[in-house]
Amino acid sequence: MRLGSGAFAACCVVIEVLGVALFLRGFFPAPVRSSSRAEQRAEPAAPEPSAGASSNWTKLPPPLFKKVVIMLIDGLRDDFVFGSKGVKFMPYTTYLVEKGASHSFVAEAKLPTVTMPRIKALMTGSLPGFIDVVRNLNSPELLEDNVITQAKAAGKRIIFYGDETWVKLFPKHFVEYDGTTSFFVSDYTEVDDNVTRHLDKVLKRGDWDVLILHYLGLDHIGHVSGPSSPLIGHKLREMDSILMKIHTSLLSEERETLVPNLLVLCGDHGMSETGGHGASSMEELNTALILISSAFERKPGDIRRPKHVQQTDLAATLAIGLGLPIPGNSVGSLLFPTVEGRPVREQLRFLHLNAVQLSKLLQENVPSYEKEPGFEQFKMSERLHGNWIRLYLEENNSEVLFNLGAKVRRQYLDALRTLSLSLSRQVAQYDIYSMLVGTVVVLEVLSLLLLSIPEALSNKAELEVPLWSPVFSLLFYLTLLVLSALHVIVCTSAESSCYFCGLSWLTAGGVMVLVSALLCAVVSALAKTFGDGKFLSKNSAHPKPRWSELDVLILLGTMGHVLSLGASSFIEEEHQTWYFLINTLCLALCHEIYRNCLLRDDSEPQQCPHVEEEFIRTAAALQDRSTGCDTLEPHGVSRSLTSLDTLRGYEKWMVLASPWVILTCCRLLRSLNQTGVQWAHRPDLGHWLTSSDHKAELSVLTALSLIVIFALVQRKCSLTSKVALALGLLGVYCYRAAIGNVLFPWQQDSKDISKGVIEARFVHVFVLGILFTGTKDLLKSQVIATDVTIKTVGLWEIYSGLVLLAALLFRPHNLPVLVFSLLIQTIMTKFIWKPLRHDAAEITIMHYWFGQAFFYFQGNSNNIATVDISAGFVGLDTYIEVPAVFLTAFATFAGPVLWASHLVSFLSSETSSGSALSHACFCYALICSFPVSAYIILVTSLRYHLFIWSVFSPKLLYEGMHILITAAICVFFTAMDQTNTKS
Amino acid sequence: MKDTDIKRLLYTHLLCIFSIILSICIPSFFLENFSILETHLTWLCICSVSVTAVNLVLYLIVKPNASSKRSSISYKVTRFLKCCIYFLMSCFFFHVIFVLYGAPLIELVLETFLFAVILSTFTTVPCLCLLGPNIKAWLRVFSRNGVTSIWENSLQITTISSFIGTWLGAFPIPLDWERPWQVWPISCTLGATFGYVAGLVISPLWIYWNRKQLTYKNN
Repeated sequence: MRLGSGAFAACCVVIEVLGVALFLRGFFPAPVRSSSRAEQRAEPAAPEPSAGASSNWTKLPPPLFKKVVIMLIDGLRDDFVFGSKGVKFMPYTTYLVEKGASHSFVAEAKLPTVTMPRIKALMTGSLPGFIDVVRNLNSPELLEDNVITQAKAAGKRIIFYGDETWVKLFPKHFVEYDGTTSFFVSDYTEVDDNVTRHLDKVLKRGDWDVLILHYLGLDHIGHVSGPSSPLIGHKLREMDSILMKIHTSLLSEERETLVPNLLVLCGDHGMSETGGHGASSMEELNTALILISSAFERKPGDIRRPKHVQQTDLAATLAIGLGLPIPGNSVGSLLFPTVEGRPVREQLRFLHLNAVQLSKLLQENVPSYEKEPGFEQFKMSERLHGNWIRLYLEENNSEVLFNLGAKVRRQYLDALRTLSLSLSRQVAQYDIYSMLVGTVVVLEVLSLLLLSIPEALSNKAELEVPLWSPVFSLLFYLTLLVLSALHVIVCTSAESSCYFCGLSWLTAGGVMVLVSALLCAVVSALAKTFGDGKFLSKNSAHPKPRWSELDVLILLGTMGHVLSLGASSFIEEEHQTWYFLINTLCLALCHEIYRNCLLRDDSEPQQCPHVEEEFIRTAAALQDRSTGCDTLEPHGVSRSLTSLDTLRGYEKWMVLASPWVILTCCRLLRSLNQTGVQWAHRPDLGHWLTSSDHKAELSVLTALSLIVIFALVQRKCSLTSKVALALGLLGVYCYRAAIGNVLFPWQQDSKDISKGVIEARFVHVFVLGILFTGTKDLLKSQVIATDVTIKTVGLWEIYSGLVLLAALLFRPHNLPVLVFSLLIQTIMTKFIWKPLRHDAAEITIMHYWFGQAFFYFQGNSNNIATVDISAGFVGLDTYIEVPAVFLTAFATFAGPVLWASHLVSFLSSETSSGSALSHACFCYALICSFPVSAYIILVTSLRYHLFIWSVFSPKLLYEGMHILITAAICVFFTAMDQTNTKS
Repeated sequence: MKDTDIKRLLYTHLLCIFSIILSICIPSFFLENFSILETHLTWLCICSVSVTAVNLVLYLIVKPNASSKRSSISYKVTRFLKCCIYFLMSCFFFHVIFVLYGAPLIELVLETFLFAVILSTFTTVPCLCLLGPNIKAWLRVFSRNGVTSIWENSLQITTISSFIGTWLGAFPIPLDWERPWQVWPISCTLGATFGYVAGLVISPLWIYWNRKQLTYKNN
């Protein structure tokens, strides 16, 4: 079957996406789960252990507290309470921590430090898998066993005010609730007022048992202006006063009922130095956790440092405190200080309950649980506990009883710690089989791509795909047979769950057919290449095209980037790699330009043809001897002589200046958004612009950027789309003014802030309009097939539609990124690619490099926290999944997408040869799939690395998304190529 | 003829390497607390001065490009002044390039500039000694097939290897090993130095190995 190399590459990338998806499914492990679901848990609580004499206490112990108030402050990191900020802004809380009846802890959150997984961790005590981040956008109902469900089952009345995520997680659990959306990040007063306004009313009433308050304002302030903003102080003071109000009200109630209540102040995750969260810096992981109750005794002068505990410990503690069974999946251990005031028998009972639950979870998740040290410790402490109970029931000497009790307690605490630790470690279990199958698919596709390079990049840009003959070959059937046998063996013997085995037989069979067909294709391509290789070596008289310095740089850069993915620091600072590479690329281009221009100037007037001739003769002589010295090669010079000669004076100066202009642009962009980890805290222009003091500057910059965007984009558009573009850009400014980012000149103070839905929709209409016009032009060019310019205009219109969408979705200070991207594209087109006549492959790879660099110029990094989720809500009233995901993905990957679409329109308008587009498509597919494949192997080998969750996994998600987008781009390329060949 | 030339080249290069080694060893006798990493800037100055001095002295003694036609004092003075200006310009040029590569604009200006100075010492000073303040000759030497003697050939190799060394020297900066030599611009200056030394070692050897194939216009 003959295929164009573009179509071939597109097919390959699509198959690769399947492989990567399978790998990802296997890589992100399912979290530790207890087999019994929440509904089925009707089993009785574990009775007290006893040795000999039977204990009379088999029911669950009664609740310790009458009412529980959980005050969850989003983004409350530990030093906001225990540090200098706490002392300054939260005087009441500080008083409680230092002198009051309270226990304070530094609770360590686990990755990912994003709100929804953290809420799940707090309420279930389990560790949600990493993949929960991806599902963070639409949180489905929580089906796992958790404290809230247990409390509802026990007839407790729960009231909730705060983040809507809770209402989604627990849709039918609250007797009364009011969800606030974290929809609008720049609002940090309204969200909290919406919670507090119910407080007075609710505190007066007595008809509830659990009150949950989730305050979002602090986190919003962090996102907008960082943890050192003065707004944080105001917010903390507000929170302090709320805490005081709740506490005094609870105390006054206790005076009447004489039953202690519990007030929990906690954070879900911390806040990094830049104000975001999602990663694993200490600031993001450490949250404050304070338990306040009059039941906690405290001697005066007893000053304690807050102890470090796990966030998951809260679920077990709450369950005990409310007299509920501990959630089945909880890996946390009871916070012992909370029960310290109770009699020893009760204390031991609580510890025993917790240990039984943990050991059961261990039994269900670890095959060899009996050898676990935690389990042994538990068995031993259970035995001791039984002895203690016997002594207790025999009413023995109190001294002996006390000593033994202390020993049992210590044993239990040790056992709990060990059990909880080994359970947390269980989370990282990989589904190796699915990962392997995915890797095999990806590698086969990559080797197919690599093997077909010479054929695909030939002038014809077509290649014979050996697909049908191998399907009927023996090798194919043999491989299929072996694979099926392997599949059966693996799936029947596997103990842990395996996604690929869980697939239906038809799907799994399809994948295996694919794997073996690809294997046959690779083998036949290999055979062909070696055959050709022998053929070539026989008559290698015709000289192979030599590599220019630029090609060497491109090759080394790509290889170097792939190798750098093995180091966690290089992944964290990947933007540095790309900036470094494009700078070097610009300097190499600069070198090429100067050599061509200046040496021509020299040699023409001064040196006579004689020298020239000798020059060429020497070169030829050197080539004949083939010394292997690549520097002596006239190829690059001769290629571009003709084109540079034709340039006139001013253009020549522009050509000479262009690399420096590009370098300056890149340097400016680099200081716009500091990203990565090591230097992320450095001050950058972006923060300066977004701070509220510089609204006027931001407005001017935005207006200026929009004007420049219009000027740069409109020149190749048709009249209708010009008008649409102008109106659309005007709409972008109105939208930004509506959401309060920028000001109109006549509007002095920011008045009401809205979501800007109408304005955004106005822009969306124009985006769709321009895209529609472009598509119409493309179709027309396909039907009429006479005019090439219609197609060029159509492609440019699609490109400008995307630019308009990006202008709408970008963060307010990021419009200059768009401007500089357009500027660099224009300069490169006019003064570098056209005069120097690079071939399609080189231009493609340069586009790819710049696209990657612009991905980071936008402020992205290989960290989930930098994804701008608010882009998904532009122009939407409520959360709708498909458009939100699409808009967020586009806003995140705008850099690569815009550069790729520029590549299509540039190649189809500039180059005369018809095969340029398919060459470009092939190169794009190859250069994108190379890092992905290498990274998959790297991650597999580094899967027990310390930073696998914090550094490598987010990067893996980014790579998966990138290959998906590449597939879309390649399909688009191929579609354009098809219309080209038809016309 | 050729072999003696190569031998002379080798000796001059060895002297250059020796000067770098001296710049590391000698100051510790005179200055307290001298070490390359801690008093990096001092070392940069000393190294730059010593390499420049050795280059000048060697140039005066060896005189690789044989005859300069005019030898009036005023010509020599203007030539020397021109060389100084070129050197300063190249320092500023490198400084600008470092900033474009991402060096901080305002902080650590002195460090960045001294780094530019040492890179100029390794690259521009030999060029100035050998070719004089003549941009066209420079461009000729640094383009393909423009080399006319083993001296120029070795100049090409040492300069390019200094640049490559500098370029590679930037790689360890993002790594989180927290070593003192990862601080800007120490790894780059060390990279430049290693690149320069490597170029000094490689170029005579390379020329010796390829002496049969190398044909120069003048020799």
